[in-house]
Amino acid sequence: MSGVRVLVGTKKGAFILTSDGKREKWDVSGPHFAGWEMYHLKGSSVDPNRIYASQTSGWFGQIIQRSDDGGKTWFQPGTPPSESTTAPGGSPKGESNKFVYNTSADGGAPLTTHQFYDGSQHPWEFKRVWHLEPSLTDPDTVYAGVEDAALFISKDGGKTWDELSGLRGHGTGPQWQPGAGGMCLHTIVLDPVNKNRIFIAISAAGAFRSDDEGKTWKPINKGLKSQYIPNPEAEVGHCVHRIAQAKQKPNLLYMQKHWDVMRSFDAGDSWTEVSGNLPTDFGFVIDVHAHEPETIYVVPIKSDGEHYPLDGKLRVYRSKSGGNEWQELTKGLPQSNCFVNVLRDSMSVDSLDKCGVYFGTTGGQVYCSADAGDTWAPIVRDLPAVYSVEVQTFV
Amino acid sequence: MVRVELPAHLRALARVKGEVTVEVAGTVSILSVLDALEKKYPMLEGTIRDHGTRARRPFLRFFACSEDWSHDPLDKPLPEEVANGNEPLLVVGAIAGG
Repeated sequence: MSGVRVLVGTKKGAFILTSDGKREKWDVSGPHFAGWEMYHLKGSSVDPNRIYASQTSGWFGQIIQRSDDGGKTWFQPGTPPSESTTAPGGSPKGESNKFVYNTSADGGAPLTTHQFYDGSQHPWEFKRVWHLEPSLTDPDTVYAGVEDAALFISKDGGKTWDELSGLRGHGTGPQWQPGAGGMCLHTIVLDPVNKNRIFIAISAAGAFRSDDEGKTWKPINKGLKSQYIPNPEAEVGHCVHRIAQAKQKPNLLYMQKHWDVMRSFDAGDSWTEVSGNLPTDFGFVIDVHAHEPETIYVVPIKSDGEHYPLDGKLRVYRSKSGGNEWQELTKGLPQSNCFVNVLRDSMSVDSLDKCGVYFGTTGGQVYCSADAGDTWAPIVRDLPAVYSVEVQTFV
Repeated sequence: MVRVELPAHLRALARVKGEVTVEVAGTVSILSVLDALEKKYPMLEGTIRDHGTRARRPFLRFFACSEDWSHDPLDKPLPEEVANGNEPLLVVGAIAGG
């Protein structure tokens, strides 16, 4: 029987929402890791019961958690589930939580400073994992996008992590700077056709692409214009909020930038603005219909100073033409006094025949549309602020 | 046997309730207690002190016998009352945020 599992990260724990393919009745489990900030959870497409989670805290730092049974039980990958974690002499190690920047010469001569808010150079300091992206071919391989911006890889199920330092060391690092949320690598897109190709995005540096499995990188920001930086068309420095890929056409990318919705037909080599008739083109999320590569979704937010929908009306906008012409979708969404935000990792789609679209809000609602956006209903209304939403589809 | 009182989130992470105890060989200092604690509860590595710098995390403090030890050298011997288990070493999370 078909079904979906929605993995929700919030400010105070994780929740797992499950339903059959009708997506009308939902079971809710959680909070998992109660009280901790859960930045992101994502399941492996190779082994859907393998889920990785980023558990973090301003007090206690970064923890990586893993489930091998679809989220029923969790463990730190450095600690085998069969071993008691409290037994002395059990010799499991907390290696899974170590994210150490590679500063060796053979790591691509990585840079050690980036631009700080005041323009001075500032050393790289690990703060947290924003995004976990499991490999499309190996459940034990997973990528982590972290703050301060860098890309890490684990090939042993999250037990140990190594930096893919060619990104941080490729040359533009001193020009990267933190956005309001910190200098985070928040988007990782693994190309489903070209297995050597990885896209990532950083706030506020821009988008980057590797064509050799993450060894070397180049900025892909041609066409972006950002009025808030000294050179609006600079090679790097753009505050890219999210990139989404049309899986059937892997060279077709969409981007929600700080301001502006953008499209690329050539895997990011060039970008064109497709904001069209959007009421505001500031926002965080963007995603693509599972079966229609030209159908995309955004949630416009009033401005960078006012992180809530225009006029207190929560509206998803859908374009069926790859941008420029947008249709507002409001059925089932609050159309008065709504002042929530939708953060960059908080939209996802399922791949059932009738594509489901999901998003979470900082007000704790997770909405689902089981008809590609025509109508919406809340799955839950009162969670802590939602940081991330990922959907797993079972057919 | 040294007694250590952890914040609630770290007790949950270590899957323990109440105080924990650790055996410390040699001088009982914050450094040696943390080493013993992380050996017994490896899931706590990096949560009290940074993985790389080994520095105390900024939102955590250490108290012993009602004194703040957060800014003392980590290898300074702790009071005898802590070393002999009469008093716990307190690892306290700052009250901040919501």
